[in-house]
Formats: sequence, structure tokens, C-alpha cells
Amino acid sequence: MTDNLLEVKKLKMYFPIHGGILRRRVGWVYAVDGVSLKVRTGETLGLVGESGCGKTTVGRTIARLYKPVGGNVIFDGNDLARLSHRALREVRRDLQIIFQDPFESLNARHTVRDILQEPFQIHNIGIPKNREEEVVQLLSRVGMDDDALIRFPHEFSGGQRQRIGIARAIALKPKMIICDEPVSALDVSIQSQILNLLLELQSEMNLTYLFIAHDLAVVKHISDRIAVMYLGKIVEYAQADSLYDHPAHPYTHALISAIPVPDPQIKKNRQILVGDVPSPIHPPSGCVFHTRCPYVEDTCKVKVPELMPVPGTTDSDHLQACLRAGDISFD
Amino acid sequence: MIDNNPILQVQNLTTAFDTEAGRIRAIDDVSFDLKKEQVLGIVGESGCGKSVTALSIMRLLPKPVGVIESGRILFKGEDIVGLEADKMHEIRGKRISMIFQEPMTSLNPVHRIGKQLTEVFHLHFSQMADAEIRQESIEILRKVGIPEPEQRMEEYPHGISGGMRQRVMIALALACKPEILIADEPTTALDVTIQAQILDLMKKLQRETGMAIIFITHDMGVIAETCQDVVVMYAGKVAESAATIELFKNPRHPYTQGLLASIPKLETPRKTKLNIIEGIVPSLYELPTGCRFRTRCPHVMDICALESPPLIEVAESHFASCYLYWKND
Repeated sequence: MTDNLLEVKKLKMYFPIHGGILRRRVGWVYAVDGVSLKVRTGETLGLVGESGCGKTTVGRTIARLYKPVGGNVIFDGNDLARLSHRALREVRRDLQIIFQDPFESLNARHTVRDILQEPFQIHNIGIPKNREEEVVQLLSRVGMDDDALIRFPHEFSGGQRQRIGIARAIALKPKMIICDEPVSALDVSIQSQILNLLLELQSEMNLTYLFIAHDLAVVKHISDRIAVMYLGKIVEYAQADSLYDHPAHPYTHALISAIPVPDPQIKKNRQILVGDVPSPIHPPSGCVFHTRCPYVEDTCKVKVPELMPVPGTTDSDHLQACLRAGDISFD
Repeated sequence: MIDNNPILQVQNLTTAFDTEAGRIRAIDDVSFDLKKEQVLGIVGESGCGKSVTALSIMRLLPKPVGVIESGRILFKGEDIVGLEADKMHEIRGKRISMIFQEPMTSLNPVHRIGKQLTEVFHLHFSQMADAEIRQESIEILRKVGIPEPEQRMEEYPHGISGGMRQRVMIALALACKPEILIADEPTTALDVTIQAQILDLMKKLQRETGMAIIFITHDMGVIAETCQDVVVMYAGKVAESAATIELFKNPRHPYTQGLLASIPKLETPRKTKLNIIEGIVPSLYELPTGCRFRTRCPHVMDICALESPPLIEVAESHFASCYLYWKND
């Protein structure tokens, strides 16, 4: 049994909505509503879902870029949800984050040398004259030449900027990296280069990843386990292959069947969901998926489903949150 | 049944942009045919020229920086490259329509959907009565799957979801029953379940109307599911063109081969090394001599640096621009 490096319990993150002349709070965006996750040391947990499902907020709340409204984030023995800012700084050496567009997360007015030296300065690691060498090593590790040192982020292509973002994230040899849509903005031929790099770094440095993305084929490729999110909640959690081979939740099934397959000879029996994702400001009652679910029943509109083992099994590695999981099959 | 007379022929099209750093050719000597009722895909990565090809056909290049340097665009045999602006008005939006990636930037945010839709009819069918136009508008909204179309006519674009906005865009494009629809990454900004809805809708409308579609995308999966034929572009040139089934079964250009091999598929074993194409797409300012792919090509030969390879017919109706298939005789 592997240890869990990260355990998220009943995480809640709501954002207030202000309105009226007095800018009083008039409501909440229920971005993350009771999410529980476990990420094992050295493994990758993929977190998938469509825009607005709260997957990015989960990542940012774990990294304490937002202070959660409720729940616990146990990382390496500490509850990040409760830590002071001073204590958080120490933890962040071990918990790094990579963003979708590194252009927004890399300071445009700093050279690559400054960007990559900064982590060492902030955490007061090493002596200044050795830092240059460290930075050159980092660059070569992510496949870049040291002539990049004196250049600025805008001089690089998207893929190279992502390499710089990765170099910064691994600078302090963290235990875990939260990857928030790291390849979504990249072209296909570059995307595979970055995925390969992430896989290599993981095995070299025994890194643990939380990999957030909307592209299911990408997530499946890089993940050991996958959690599927819909409207602020986890609807299914399973080992990556079994999630694809035996999805238990109707949303997971629809999501998988909607992926366009790059093979014109495969004719799929597609489940097309009707309608749009409801607003997280007024999430539906009962099961949040009931407004689009092809298998909806009256109970779904009132009863909130819990994440439970797939009926007929006791496999705690495959959990799903559908009230009708026992009596529906997808064919 | 596809009529074999092409409705649109793009011949040796070269479009250039004047930039501060000089003139660059965004597309260079691009040729392809679109037949009646055909769904033709144009696929490639950012900067390959697929959108510029579409804008050139629509004559919507930014003025004065974008110019068609040479080549012909034959719409039903008539060259539209030099057509006067008012003649082009007769074609654009009425006989050749276009939809874009982000409907929010192509819909006018300050006008109600109804106004934007009825405007199309006013422009192209000035003899129609207002009541008739309103009826037609509601009908077309219904046809693209918008629930409660009467109410939607009164909404503003920001009041509806991204998927619904793209449906409105499709309604606008189809209002005049065009013979050709150019769809430039119409589902790229959408979630995968909404993308499935829109692709389904486009296929259905194509079957009903018989229009020809040029489908521009970077997603090989979307190509495989929607297009009969496909043109692969790289750095402003056509790298390969073939029937979709043939292209996926026997990709011949090393770029197409690399592209198809680098996509993670659901059946790819997890956490294994993906195939990659080394390096990055060259900048249009610093294109390599000869074949533009040679700097990344695993099969590069001496000849590749000398001259740009022509499109060579490697099998029936299957063309690849690569010296691997060059027979010197």
C-alpha cells in the first residue's frame, strides 16, 4: 500500500458575488462543493471535467492560492487549509504549480535567468555564485540551451515557455506538482514533447502529479488514476484504464463517447448529451447532473448521491456518485 | 452522391502579409478542389496557413496588409480573386458563408440575436417582407436546435451559452442557404460534450441542404469524424491530401505520419513515451530553403534543401509533397 502524499477531504471553495449599490453579497458561486481526493506518492491523479466544473479551482485551492471555505488539504502531514502564510512558504518548496499559459505566469520583464534564479533566492538556497550553474542545469534538463538565459519570455514559442515554467517548478526539487492544463494551449506535435518531459521528470525525481485537463485522451495517457468532476463535485474516481473500459457514471460515459477518435473507420455509438452545464451559482437540486442525464428518475432530483463503490463490488479504487449505478448499463 | 465537378477550385494561391519586419507569405502555392456536397477538412497546427486560406477565399484579408499575391480561386468556374467589392458582396454570406472559432467575437454584442439574424435577410433578400423575415429567422433558429427560438430572438449574445452562440452563428451562416460553408475551428472553443452536439448538427444540416463544407481544424479526431477528404498543411504549404480513410490508413508525408503518431489515443498504453516530432514549426520569417519540414524530418535527404518538393501522386487521388516519392525519369 502506497502512502497518500495528498489527501483532500470535503474541500469547499465558494466565491462571493457582489451586487447592488452597496456591493453587498448577493450569492455564491459554488465552484468546489465537497471534493475528496487522494493522491499517492509517485503517482499521477488526473482531474478531468468541462469548463466551469471547478477543476482549476480545486488545484488552486490545494496550492492555497485560495483559502478554502471548508474542508482539509492534508499534504505530507500538514493541513494546508489551516497553515499560516509563513508556514505555507515552507510547504510550497514541495508543492509547485504549472499553469496553462506560462506567458501569464512568467514575469515578462525578467530574463529567463532571473525567473529561474528566483526560487533559490526566495528560499535562500545555495550561494549566489553557484546559482548560475544550477539554472543552466535546469534548462538543459527541460531540453533548452543556455543561450536562453538572457532572453525574455516573449521571445519563446508556447512549448518553450512551458519548458521554462516546468524548469521553475522543478527548481527546488518538489515532491508534488499541480499541472493545470499544461498542454491545452499547445499544438499537437509540441504537446507530445511536453507530455514526454513530464513523464521523464516524474520517474527521475519520483514526482507526484495532480494533472488537471479537459482532454481525456491526454489525461488517460499520463494518469494512474482519474477523477471526473462535474459542477463542483467528483462524480467518478477510478484507476485510469478501468475508468475508460467500465465507466460507471452516465456523465463519464457521455464524456468518453464524445471524444472524436482519430480513426475514420471507427464508428462509435455516441451518447450526445442535451443542453448545457448549469450555472454553479444555482446548481440543480439532488444530483447535479440530473438536468442532462439520459437516465434521470424522480429520486435524482431530490437525493444527493454520495461517492460510493460501484454496486456489486467492494473495490475502494473505483468510486462513483450515481443513484442508479446498479440498474443502468451503457450499450 | 458527390458530383465530380468542383464547385470551388483553389489554384496556386499565394497570400502575403506586409509586416514591420518585411513581407511574409502566409500561404504559398496552395491548391485544392472542393466538390459539390463534399466535406473537405483542412488540418494543421497554428501558423500553417489554414485560416489565411479561408480568409483569402472569403476575401476577408485584413487591408491593406494582407494581399493575394498570385493564384486563382474559381467559384463555379469564375475567378473571384479580382472581383469588385460589390460583386463579392453578392457571394459572401449568401453563396459562400463562414463561421468562426469564437462566436462571441463575430456576433455583435450590442444587438439582439433577432436583429442580427433579420439583418442577413434584409441585406441579401431586400424584397422580403418584415413579417416573413421574422418567420424565417425563427425557423432557422429552430432548425439549428435552439429551444424557444421566439424568446431567443430578444436575447443578447452574452446572455446565452457558448454552444448556443455557435448555433446562432451557424444559423446566421445558413440563413441564405449557401452553396459553400467555411467553418474555421467551429468547435475548438467548446467543451467536448457541446462539440459533439455541434458536429452532429453540422452533419445533419449538410445532409439536408447538400452544401459543400470546408472544415478547418487542428484536431485529427474531428477530421476523422466529419470529413470525406482532407488537406494537411504545414508552414503555409500543402503537405498531403487524400481521402480521409486513406490518409489515416496510409499517411505518406513524414509530417502527417509524425502528427498522427504523436496524438495520445485512448488505446495507447498509459505512461509510455509518445512519438514526437522534434523541434518546432519554423517561423515564416526564417523558412528553411527547399522543403519546409526538412529541419524536423526523420527522413531528410540532400535534395530536400534544394527546392520545395512538388505534390506527387503517391496513390490514386492521394498526393504528398515529399521527395521520398520522387521518381526521377
